[in-house]
Amino acid sequence: MFIKELSKISGVSGDESRVRNYIKEKLSAWGIEYYTDSIGNLYAPCKGSGSEGRETDLMLSAHMDEVGLLVASIEKSGHLRFYTVGGVDRQALVSKPVTIGSNEVKGVIGAKAVHLQKEEERKKELKTENLYIDIGAGSKEEAEKSVKVGDYAAFLVEPSGEELITGKAMDNRAGCAALLEILRRDLPYSFTAVFTVQEEVGCRGGTVASYRLNPRAALVVETTGSFDTPEVEEKEYSTCLGKGPALTLMDGSVITHPRVLERLISVAEELGVPYQFRRYTGSFTEAGVTSFSREGVLSGVVSTPCRYIHSSTSMLRRSDWEHLVELLGGFIRSVHEKGVAD
Amino acid sequence: MKELLTRLCGAFGPAGAEGPVRDMIKEETAPYSDEQAVDNLGNLVITRSGSGDKTILVAAHMDEIGLMVTYIDENGFLRFTNVGGVFTKLLTGKRVVFQNGAVGVIGQEKLKDSGELDLSKLYIDIGAASRDEARKKVNIGDMAVFYSPLGMSGENRVTAKALDNRTGCAVLVEALKKMPSEPAHRIHFVFTVQEEVGLRGARPASYHLKPDYGLGVDVTRVGDTPEPEYKLDVSLGKGPAVKIKDTSIICHPRVTSLMIQTAENNKIPYQLEVLERGGTDAGAIHLSREGIPSGVLSIPCRYIHTPAEMVDLEDLDNAVLFLLRLLEEKWE
Repeated sequence: MFIKELSKISGVSGDESRVRNYIKEKLSAWGIEYYTDSIGNLYAPCKGSGSEGRETDLMLSAHMDEVGLLVASIEKSGHLRFYTVGGVDRQALVSKPVTIGSNEVKGVIGAKAVHLQKEEERKKELKTENLYIDIGAGSKEEAEKSVKVGDYAAFLVEPSGEELITGKAMDNRAGCAALLEILRRDLPYSFTAVFTVQEEVGCRGGTVASYRLNPRAALVVETTGSFDTPEVEEKEYSTCLGKGPALTLMDGSVITHPRVLERLISVAEELGVPYQFRRYTGSFTEAGVTSFSREGVLSGVVSTPCRYIHSSTSMLRRSDWEHLVELLGGFIRSVHEKGVAD
Repeated sequence: MKELLTRLCGAFGPAGAEGPVRDMIKEETAPYSDEQAVDNLGNLVITRSGSGDKTILVAAHMDEIGLMVTYIDENGFLRFTNVGGVFTKLLTGKRVVFQNGAVGVIGQEKLKDSGELDLSKLYIDIGAASRDEARKKVNIGDMAVFYSPLGMSGENRVTAKALDNRTGCAVLVEALKKMPSEPAHRIHFVFTVQEEVGLRGARPASYHLKPDYGLGVDVTRVGDTPEPEYKLDVSLGKGPAVKIKDTSIICHPRVTSLMIQTAENNKIPYQLEVLERGGTDAGAIHLSREGIPSGVLSIPCRYIHTPAEMVDLEDLDNAVLFLLRLLEEKWE
């Protein structure tokens, strides 16, 4: 399953090459052409039957990167201090296993033992500066044999489950998997799938990709937080697992173009695909940059609902992801046949 | 001016749903436009070809702040989020209206203390007794704006919602009507979308039109009320303001000095504006492509982003005159 295979791969923002290589291998095996750009985005242009040259009309993008850590310094004791990359849930860091750098050194995020914490310390939240990565090295010199300052560290979690899938980096390997599945189906329609870099640090890959392609419409394929959990009132849920892909009305970076939103709804209803609206309107997505690229691009976002994103382990339902793929396929066909501007 | 402003302020146009305002402006300006176009994001571009070789982009945003429905509960109450800079503390008890005319009032849950007031404690009551009844009028994703039509205050002052920035739109429309048949330059009047959520419409419009100069027309804050938040030497009724800087732009000195010179030469009252907090479309325009020297003609406005903003009609008339004279200048 692409989702679980992709979930396993380390690819913190700026260090997406392993994810990119996995996707390249799949595309090569299926005989699909691709190209990359200087920032690291991977493009797969699909030429629909009888419509050569229209493959840049529609851009579908999914970001390859995940949130993670970057080694900032190495202590005399051999422990690694780190920066966070992207919006990591800092409360969820302590005691998590990580894999570091190209040598894939294994470590665990440590903090002062709970036994030694004074009462007031236990009440306080753990800050990044109180945490470190322990790779079992006894000294700085020993640590430097396998890691160096500037190495990335990613969560190390074995994905599990078939219908209810848990694992790291579902945001946004589930989106990458959906684009891969669409490409595998070899649809006779024109579009370009783009696997982007550095979304989690500010949509940097998407900025470059949308300028380069200059599409007429852009659909961002994402994974979005659900918040349908205990201690949250129903009015504060953003999405619910099991109720189908989520359509974004508005987030902190974009108000979805009404023509894109209307088309997504009509396609979902035609296909009988369940869908829901993402009710939380904060945070940002690549649609925020595609929308205002060059002379303005009609943009929208569809997402797989997911619990616990930006922590080490997230959770989604395969049925939501499958419905997302159906919706994407229908949307691509609809744009190919009717355009999106009308 | 008052009649036009009444209609423009009455129109529904939160960021992302500016259609009714755009349609009104299109119709109003059709006899005075050489060319009208709507771009991908919904910006309305009205072009007047001129004799000179310069192209000037004059921008005013059509959108206003608003609310968006995020959830409808089983008793028919609507939960909502803000679209642009809404003051949470001012919302309780205000009436709002949806595009289809449905009117609601904002209610507030019981609070333990006043400090915990945030949007999650507020709801919109549209008079529906159940979720199903509410859904007949309003759906998730629908937007609402303040229900607050224009009224006179004193001889020359008006209050209404959305004076930010239908005031700017009205100034552009009136200037367009009074422009000579062949202006000195090629002028693009751009009525932009989504300014209130981050200057989003102006950027693609400016990229597309490639102007030599940019000029924004928008409202600005004043410092002439009791205990104002910021020291700001701008008052209502003392003329339009030449913006020097805000948080989105340091206006190009060539443009500001041309503006000041024009006002002096034509004896148009004006003020100088240094705004410590706030931004406007010129912030996006001046950074597009290779950089576009830009300035801003500001209309003093009290109580910005509340249901009752206030401007002085004399300032508006002077702004129209100022804009017309400015566009006749040599922009070297």
